[in-house]
Amino acid sequence: MTTEILLAGFGGQGVLFAGKILAYCALTDGKELSWLPSYGPEMRGGTANCSVCVSDEPIGSPLVTAPDILVAMNQPSFDKFINAVKPNGFAFIDSSLVESKCERKDISCYYLPSTSMANENGLQGGSNMILLGKIIKETKIFTLDTVKKAIEKVVPPTKEKLIKNNFKAIELGMNE
Amino acid sequence: MLEKIERNLMKGNEALAESAIRADCKCFFGYPITPQTELAAYMAKRMPKVNGVFLQAESEIAAINMVLGAASTGVRAMTSSSSPGISLKSEGISYLAASDVPALIVNVQRGGPGLGGIQPSQADYWQATRAMGHGDFHILVFAPASVQEMVDMVPKAFDTAEKYRMPAMLLADGLLGQMMEPVSLPEPSKSKCDKSGWAADGHKFKRPHHIINSLYLQPDDLEKLVVERFKRYETVKANETDAELYLTEDCDILLCAYGASARVAKTAVNMARKIGIKAGLFRPKTLYPFPVNELNEAAKTAKCLLDVEMSMGQMIDDVKLAINCSKPVHFYGRTGGAIPVPADVLEKIKTLGGEL
Repeated sequence: MTTEILLAGFGGQGVLFAGKILAYCALTDGKELSWLPSYGPEMRGGTANCSVCVSDEPIGSPLVTAPDILVAMNQPSFDKFINAVKPNGFAFIDSSLVESKCERKDISCYYLPSTSMANENGLQGGSNMILLGKIIKETKIFTLDTVKKAIEKVVPPTKEKLIKNNFKAIELGMNE
Repeated sequence: MLEKIERNLMKGNEALAESAIRADCKCFFGYPITPQTELAAYMAKRMPKVNGVFLQAESEIAAINMVLGAASTGVRAMTSSSSPGISLKSEGISYLAASDVPALIVNVQRGGPGLGGIQPSQADYWQATRAMGHGDFHILVFAPASVQEMVDMVPKAFDTAEKYRMPAMLLADGLLGQMMEPVSLPEPSKSKCDKSGWAADGHKFKRPHHIINSLYLQPDDLEKLVVERFKRYETVKANETDAELYLTEDCDILLCAYGASARVAKTAVNMARKIGIKAGLFRPKTLYPFPVNELNEAAKTAKCLLDVEMSMGQMIDDVKLAINCSKPVHFYGRTGGAIPVPADVLEKIKTLGGEL
């Protein structure tokens, strides 16, 4: 089985980082995976997205055009990708920044004011990890233990505070 | 899958650079260009730590000529760039070929022509396999389709280049360069090739000069050299082809694709099989020499072929030549930086259903 994940938002929201954590989760669990960033003249404030494929078999095309799981961290990403989600798929939406509600009945949508939640808990920039926590709660694609291992692999040990904050954000999302 | 082997997660560009260092590449000369820049950046970080040379030249043309100089001494040297930068290097590559100097050139292709775009493309196939500079010559062209192959093909390219004393190119693209996949890195290795017969590495008054040269004013001399080189190419064609054949034993329709588009084609083949269409995939891993026998083997049961590329159709010429136009060869491609999606390739396969 292959799970195709598309994460999209503004540059600077940690879309690529969240994708990287998912990729390392897959690596930790011994799965096949691919991680493909959008690249180009994007910078802070521009659009950024990232395709992650997780599978038991070798990955063919790494480009996700019809995701099983969509993470929409801003309005343009929601508008662009919500109709591309596969039937029976999932959408995780930062409702602090996305005003629209999804009209589709064939997908499961979860709305989390993750940007506000992050700010209220002193986790500025942690919106991506809060949404990631929600993903693992609702889809069970990875365990909390796997996610923690992945974070420890990606964030250097010298930045212990960042590791702790990321853990906190994940748990915040999981408890929503 | 062997669990014991450590899997790392790396970008194609970075993994390729690490593999080159492990293959004892001692000199890297480059000039930044998207989507290849991580390769040079990685080299800048690592090369000084392994007693190697990283040098950001003043231009692509300078970089390739530095490769010519360094490789002339027998050390493993390389450069990397993306499409417009490779065009600039073409003069130097012709000189490398004319001087029988082995070296590695990496092209992480982007959309063209001109400055084009920065998104993945495969529009430099003709350039790499037909006309990588002026004059009568070929270079070896390897086509990776995964981050692991970006790694594995580097030592292979260096070894083959040295064996036949000709430049080798790794023809990748922006998608392979930018993506991360699990990858196992090889143990460090060194060249096993004896270069003492030609390398200009200092004679210390103990042997005659070795001269690296590409200028021959007497037509007879030059003709002799070129003819000898083309005899070598015949040996290369006989011995160095490589291809992956996927579900080809009973296929009615044979997809032909290399690099990133082969990944898309493979997914499309699997989708076609699920709905009862007997599709298969021929994926050349060497583009020069082109795996002619392997393609004919793969196409044995096929009623038609479908060539898939991220270009307007370039490799399709080699596909038609290889099978002597004995079967219809159709084409599906996207260009300018657009990446084909498996569903569209499947649609094309379905429209060809009438011929199956």
